[in-house]
Amino acid sequence: MQLDRIDKQILGLIQTNFPVVSRPYRLIAEKLGLEEAEVINRIHKLRQAGIIRRLGGLFDSRKVGYVGTLCAMKVPSQDIERVGGVIAEYPGITHNYLRDHEYNMWFTLLAESEQKIESILNDILSRTGITQVLNLPSQKVFKVRVKFDL
Amino acid sequence: MLSELEKQIIRELQSDIPLVPEPYRLIAERIGITEQELMDIITKMIDQGIIRRFGAALRHQDLGFIANAMVVWEVPETQIAEVGPKMAEFKEVTHCYQRPSQPGWPYTLFTVLHGMNSDECKEKAQKIANATGIHNYRLIFSTKELKKSSMQYFMD
Repeated sequence: MQLDRIDKQILGLIQTNFPVVSRPYRLIAEKLGLEEAEVINRIHKLRQAGIIRRLGGLFDSRKVGYVGTLCAMKVPSQDIERVGGVIAEYPGITHNYLRDHEYNMWFTLLAESEQKIESILNDILSRTGITQVLNLPSQKVFKVRVKFDL
Repeated sequence: MLSELEKQIIRELQSDIPLVPEPYRLIAERIGITEQELMDIITKMIDQGIIRRFGAALRHQDLGFIANAMVVWEVPETQIAEVGPKMAEFKEVTHCYQRPSQPGWPYTLFTVLHGMNSDECKEKAQKIANATGIHNYRLIFSTKELKKSSMQYFMD
């Protein structure tokens, strides 16, 4: 899907501050000189095309009461698919990437408590037979930026 | 601690906001509160930072940011408080975290860099190294996305 100027203007407006008013799409439309129905229609298309992954709230996992960590495992190449499949089953694991490093599988894990994190990690290790894992919880956050300039 | 009502609202807002003229009215009806009550609570959660961002999450690969490099930096414990904010100032750095070193793993600061390609990421990392004096670092590129999903809270 090719984005035109209006699509980009809409994305610019709804990336971080989706209006919390009774008629949010109408407010966006007014700002851009469009009809409410056109804004809804365009957002619908952007969502169907997968440009918008989700339109909603992104929560601060700590303030919601969850704890998180980043883990890296050394997975032999012939086991990547099997181990990736096991990892995908855990809802608290939202991201899993292969990376070009001897620790080649990197995933993030969120859960309600440290104990839950540990038990999930132990579960993964015992189910996959992987022995080498780094558990790297963040100790301090210096920056998290989620907005992209369009 | 969050109230049951707040948890219920989180469950609703972590999926998609409905594409109807009055989306908050629709969500409020599902929960059994008024539209105004819902909007007040959402606004409060944004102010308190419980909602970190309210809006559209984009698939940024589609917008020209092809390469995504995790850069891990070996920063001595005593310099982290100074170097962390310095790295965070670079606009190319989207994330900057301190994480624990471990045996065989000396890296203590993690940054994420987005660039058009891997060479651009390397150049940016070099620039950050020069500015901070931290020269022991590695760029670790992602080669494949195995899973990417939004977190679903309070679904157990």
